Amino acid sequence: MAEPQFTRVPFWRDVRVLTILTQVIFVVVVALVAAFLYANVSTAMRQRGLVNDFSFLSLEAGFEIGEALIPYTATDTYGQALWAGFSNTLLVSVVGIILSTIIGVVVGVARLSSNWIVSRLAAIYIELIRNTPLLVQLFFIYFGVFLTLPSVGQTLEFPGFIYANQRGVFLPRPVPTSTSETWAWFVVVAIILALALGYLSTRPQARRLGWVAALVLILLPAFGWLIAGEPLAFEIPVRERFNFKGGMNLSPEFSALLAGLVLYTAGFIAEVVRAGILAVRRGQIEAAYSLGLNGGQVLRMIIFPQALRVIVPPLTSQYLNLAKNSSLAIAIGFPDLFSIATTSANQTGQPVPVYLLVMATYLAMSLFTSLLMNIYNRSVQVLEK
Amino acid sequence: MKNLVLVSVLVLVALIVVACTSAPAPSAPQVVKETVIVQATAAPAVATKPAAPPAATAAPAPVALGARFAAVKARGKVVCGSNDQVPGFGFLDKATGQFTGFDVDYCKALAVAVFGDAKAIEFRPVNAAQRGPALQTGEIDVLARNTTWTVTRDATWGLFAGVNFYDGQGMMVDAKKNPTVKTLKDLKDASVCVQTGTTTELNLSDRFREEAVAFKPVVFDTADATFAAYEGGRCDAVTTDISGLVARRSLLKSPADHKILEVVMSKEPLGPAVPLGDAQWYNVAKWTLFALINAEELGVTSKNVDEMLQSKNPDVQRLLGVTGDLHKGLGLEKDWVVKVIKAVGNYGEIYDRHLGPSTPLKLDRGINKLWNKGGILYAPPFR
Repeated sequence: MAEPQFTRVPFWRDVRVLTILTQVIFVVVVALVAAFLYANVSTAMRQRGLVNDFSFLSLEAGFEIGEALIPYTATDTYGQALWAGFSNTLLVSVVGIILSTIIGVVVGVARLSSNWIVSRLAAIYIELIRNTPLLVQLFFIYFGVFLTLPSVGQTLEFPGFIYANQRGVFLPRPVPTSTSETWAWFVVVAIILALALGYLSTRPQARRLGWVAALVLILLPAFGWLIAGEPLAFEIPVRERFNFKGGMNLSPEFSALLAGLVLYTAGFIAEVVRAGILAVRRGQIEAAYSLGLNGGQVLRMIIFPQALRVIVPPLTSQYLNLAKNSSLAIAIGFPDLFSIATTSANQTGQPVPVYLLVMATYLAMSLFTSLLMNIYNRSVQVLEK
Repeated sequence: MKNLVLVSVLVLVALIVVACTSAPAPSAPQVVKETVIVQATAAPAVATKPAAPPAATAAPAPVALGARFAAVKARGKVVCGSNDQVPGFGFLDKATGQFTGFDVDYCKALAVAVFGDAKAIEFRPVNAAQRGPALQTGEIDVLARNTTWTVTRDATWGLFAGVNFYDGQGMMVDAKKNPTVKTLKDLKDASVCVQTGTTTELNLSDRFREEAVAFKPVVFDTADATFAAYEGGRCDAVTTDISGLVARRSLLKSPADHKILEVVMSKEPLGPAVPLGDAQWYNVAKWTLFALINAEELGVTSKNVDEMLQSKNPDVQRLLGVTGDLHKGLGLEKDWVVKVIKAVGNYGEIYDRHLGPSTPLKLDRGINKLWNKGGILYAPPFR
């Protein structure tokens, strides 16, 4: 018997070597192209007197911002101004995500309702919202809805010191007092207890604990309120010459942006939810009904847990879309990050570092959101069908 | 396996091709630098620009042209960054599709100076936030868009070719709703609509801070949105240059209801600007403006320019190119001022056409009168 000939494969035909070599060469070439592009941009910017550092962040901004979550005045720096804008973007994005999810789920389920009117209405809403541009919707909501509210002279009054006019909605603002801290401890303890009881109530034979958890959540803070005296004072809005002063103000810009973003994204989320629900096998639903469960129970216990696997990834995209679409705020006067960045880029005369910073911020925000959503996604995925 | 090798080789080749074809880009800026300093070799500058049919001007310029000037001539038209939302200064008439206005006429004058044709222009409407980058990147050849001349803008945006309108910032309120508002102090805690990316925004907060009066700004990115919000009642007051307030007031539903306060919040010298890097193009832009002002000073109008060619006044003769060769240093034709005045008129005619007593704006010339007539409009001599 002859020994099988063991010839070595020459390295230029050896698959292992070639794959690695190709990757190395590819990376080198990409790096060269990137370096060349960077050098090109640097030269061009230097030619035009554009500076490529971030020193402007410590210069005085000089412009006022209409509303921000963090305190800001015109004598603060550009860095502070950008933080104020970022706080506004975060506020709109977070509140927008929560509201649009609620509305989107409701509309998505309604779209599949056996009630003909309900499903038609949902369909009309979805098709209308998805097929018109967001900017147009924002302009309509801002100029056509919020600015047509009665003027300050004819403010609408609501019980509880709530006022509504075209300059916004004015609510009493809670102000912490000396006893707020004691009350805060009661609230924290109540939340922890309620969560613990809620977790325990998922065990069999312990469903009553869920009600106990709810009671704890309501009664303990109320008890704490009585003990602490007056933990919160309320600052009520007062009508002055031009506007209302004091209290919380929901400006029409914020409300219009929020409403526009929520309605727009809810339309898309509704379709995502509908896709998820339709992806659950019909056998599951038939079996559930044959077991005697009613519609609500089937939806809650059988359909949704399985639909979530299909819903969560596209839902993440919609959340990211909402966060990025919030940059349209500049068109209706809401001072979000992009609006402040445009002003800063103009006033400093250095658009490149400013817009790089803005892109990095949106990227960080989006990556963080998708990180959280992916963690949640992993928890709803099953390892096997 | 073979496919893998083939694909990777193709990718490599594609990348190398991309890298090599974009290589000429960095050399062009270096040529720009050379031409500006030396002002001698024009051939390399002209050669690296993309080839386009040369403009149908009679004789080639006797002086070497800067890179931007050469590019403009090769293109055959001037790209003019303008406004399309301020009547009287830069406005797009939706019915006819034509741009009209005080600044628009300056662009036309520039086009006539370079090409002899007032139609050799491409208008690019830019809003307040876009005009800076448009000028910085050289996307437009000239910015004639009621832009204030400041030191930051000279350093970062481009060079300002003089002042064609001395203005100031003002405040407009609805006199029917707020008849007692007279000064900035009366606007305590008021909402003020303002456009973003403007000196207006900064002056607004400076002035209110001086008076130690609080206010609420509502900031939009276009003039249309700003004034729509003001008209809708979102703000108690709106602020921009006084000329802009007068112009936009004419577009409101009931202009008589709105009052411009007797407050001048800042100096706003408005003028055209050209991108950095080409001193020659800068000279052409500057001296087009100065030609218009000198023409009014010397009494040359679009109607009498032909008779003025026979004038014995040496200043007029130099201005119109009858004597001397001042046009050579600029790289323009001998009779460029004659063509400009014939096409658009002198400064006074342009002003009256768009902002004068026969227009809805009726802007008094105020300090925009000539220096020897009580104003501060002053142009260097043609000598």
